[in-house]
Amino acid sequence: MDIRVQSAPFAAGALLDDFAAGRRDVGAVVSFTGIVRDDGGLRHMEIEHYPGMTERAIAGIAEEAVRRWELADVLVLHRHGQLRPGEPIMMVATAAGHRAAAFEAADFLMDYLKSRAPFWKKEVTVDGGDWVAAKASDEDALDRW
Amino acid sequence: MTLDILYFAWLRERIGLPKERVETDASSVADLVDQLRAREERYAAAFADLSALRVAVDQELMDFDASLSGAREVAFFPPMTGG
Repeated sequence: MDIRVQSAPFAAGALLDDFAAGRRDVGAVVSFTGIVRDDGGLRHMEIEHYPGMTERAIAGIAEEAVRRWELADVLVLHRHGQLRPGEPIMMVATAAGHRAAAFEAADFLMDYLKSRAPFWKKEVTVDGGDWVAAKASDEDALDRW
Repeated sequence: MTLDILYFAWLRERIGLPKERVETDASSVADLVDQLRAREERYAAAFADLSALRVAVDQELMDFDASLSGAREVAFFPPMTGG
């Protein structure tokens, strides 16, 4: 299990290559990369986190995924600090024997990271900064697990 | 007891500090919130609607009726928006 919380940029392709390298025990690697999207006028995104709790919360979510699915490995990386549109903000990867487990576990990780890992996003435009509000649909998404 | 209280995101901005150390006899998170609300208007405003807030006690998500027995750190923040 590889949990990283960092401000530094990352290269998703290189990380994924490393994650998958040398594995003979898995038939599926699934990954998701989140990108800072500009819906119009976004100057940058400010990501705040809770040092200490963030790593603990992500580790707890990843351990839950490992309990529920037969996973060979899990990678979760989430950035904090100031990010510009187009930059990767986070990444999840799962490795499993079969694709269903890899896809489902990655989906589960994403749903839980969204509303159970202590990160907060502020969108900064020319007009100022606005904290992104949590959506009820994000909370509802947890019910299916 | 002495507690470290942390605030994040708009709550931090509204209260005007990221962290403070308080001396309190609050037995639950809800008691602590009542004491904070009574301090100053900015706290009352920040804690006006608890349904818009989440709380962690010693870095574990809790309900507002959670006990503070043995607690060292309490963090208040809006619902998370990671991913």
